[in-house]
Amino acid sequence: MLQIIKLTVNGKPCEIAVDRRWSLAEALRQALGLTSVKKGCEVGECGACTVLVDGKAVDSCLYLALWAEGKSVVTVEGLKSGDNDLHPIQKAFIEECAVQCGFCTPGLIMSAVEIVGEGRVYSRDELRKLLSGHLCRCTGYENILNAVERAVREING
Amino acid sequence: MFDFENIVLAASVEEAVAALSANEKAIVISGGTDVLIKIREGKLAGCDLVSIHDIPELHGVRLTEDGCIHIGPTTTFAELTNSPVIMERIPVLGRAADTVGGPQIRAMGTVGGNISNGVTSADTATTLLNLEAELTLTSPAGERRVNVNDYYLGAGRVCLDHAELLTDICVKPENYQGFGGCYIKYAMRNAMDIATLGTSCLVKPGKGGVIDTLRLAFGVAAPVPMRARNTEQALTGKSYAEALEEIAGLVRGEITPRTSWRASREFRLQIAGENARRALEAAWAEAGGEV
Ligand SMILES: Cc1cc2nc3c(=O)[nH]c(=O)nc-3n(C[C@H](O)[C@H](O)[C@H](O)COP(=O)(O)OP(=O)(O)OC[C@H]3O[C@@H](n4cnc5c(N)ncnc54)[C@H](O)[C@@H]3O)c2cc1C
Ligand code: FES
Ligand code: FES
Repeated sequence: MLQIIKLTVNGKPCEIAVDRRWSLAEALRQALGLTSVKKGCEVGECGACTVLVDGKAVDSCLYLALWAEGKSVVTVEGLKSGDNDLHPIQKAFIEECAVQCGFCTPGLIMSAVEIVGEGRVYSRDELRKLLSGHLCRCTGYENILNAVERAVREING
Repeated sequence: MFDFENIVLAASVEEAVAALSANEKAIVISGGTDVLIKIREGKLAGCDLVSIHDIPELHGVRLTEDGCIHIGPTTTFAELTNSPVIMERIPVLGRAADTVGGPQIRAMGTVGGNISNGVTSADTATTLLNLEAELTLTSPAGERRVNVNDYYLGAGRVCLDHAELLTDICVKPENYQGFGGCYIKYAMRNAMDIATLGTSCLVKPGKGGVIDTLRLAFGVAAPVPMRARNTEQALTGKSYAEALEEIAGLVRGEITPRTSWRASREFRLQIAGENARRALEAAWAEAGGEV
């Protein structure tokens, strides 16, 4: 049941052998060791598995690995810059104490990457809506909102 | 790992319907946000899949010269909401799509899947009923057209034969030009929640502030999304003021929602009447009707 798929992950073209029944989350974790991609609910409710596919934030637990053929996938591992510095969005999460246990953080950061990539600023209500596909079991929502607001302001403001 | 047996990744409609007719067990998967959940729950465990996820001809929104708007069934909710054609001509449909789940689900779930799963709470279904969308169903034998109002057979069932694929959702100009619209999703949470009751209204104002055409549909008021045709008829030709006055009572006399763990029948009746009135008000304003 293995199949080779070709895709770009974090900017690098790669070929991986996936089980045809794998979710993209499983392929990223098991074939590529990208463990920033968390498996929380595995039914599209929590957003912990969020990655970008061709620039769009999707739940990788509800996305077949086979569908990623020919597409470009970005995970938190892909945010690292050449000098191994953190991405400004990651820094904003640290500045605003938006990380408690950290389980929801990679998914939220990938949604934030999509949001910031729109190149505009948002009201707090708009940001609430844009982040509504994530659950934080530590319930640190205010600081998470503050962090995304800060990142948007610093990068697009 | 998902518990399915085989999967065919169809590259064209032809390939997809051929794969379906070759395998009686095969199920269509589009965005997968229902099918993959059902596989996880075990309801579809062990099934075979035919994926239409990446068939270019099934994707995107197109306006043709005759004013028809063709919506490819694999168009995602987010793509529908952000489509310039939809924003300009049927903004109510884009707003309805924008109430589904959360952002990631809206980037994955498709409008074709939303009506083909036969679910009463589907957030785009009521507006498509009001728009009298014409569906194209394609099988190895050819194509047939079905009005979306005739698509639903019962809870979870639509009139697709096994080897048939929904390949186009067409909205004709006479069903959107001059109309204003409003969709109200009543749910416990503002996001990531299924509708307790969905209300969609389209209205076209006539001369002298009367209702020229009214279309009203509800989700979760019956086993499948439904039009409130008696209410529509009773209010046609009435003044806007009269319609606003009478709509709630007419709706409560027409629909027969059930009690579920989400809400009681009485509560659903209450909000159906009230939201019909509010939806008419907003739709009338959007259409620029006289007040
Ligand atoms: C976390 C979560 C939240 C959700 N919230 C909402 C919500 O708020 N509102 C809402 O309405 N829905 C919601 N849903 C349900 C789901 O996202 C939608 O119904 C969506 O439209 C399904 O589309 P899909 O392409 O993902 O469907 P799929 O799972 O791919 O398919 C759904 C059904 O339609 C059939 N099908 C799909 N396309 C075709 C076609 N072209 N021809 C023939 N048959 C076809 C499939 O065989 C299957 O039976 C939610 C789902 C999840 C997981
Ligand atoms: S693990 Fe994918 S949404 Fe929860
Ligand atoms: S920080 Fe623990 S789940 Fe969000």
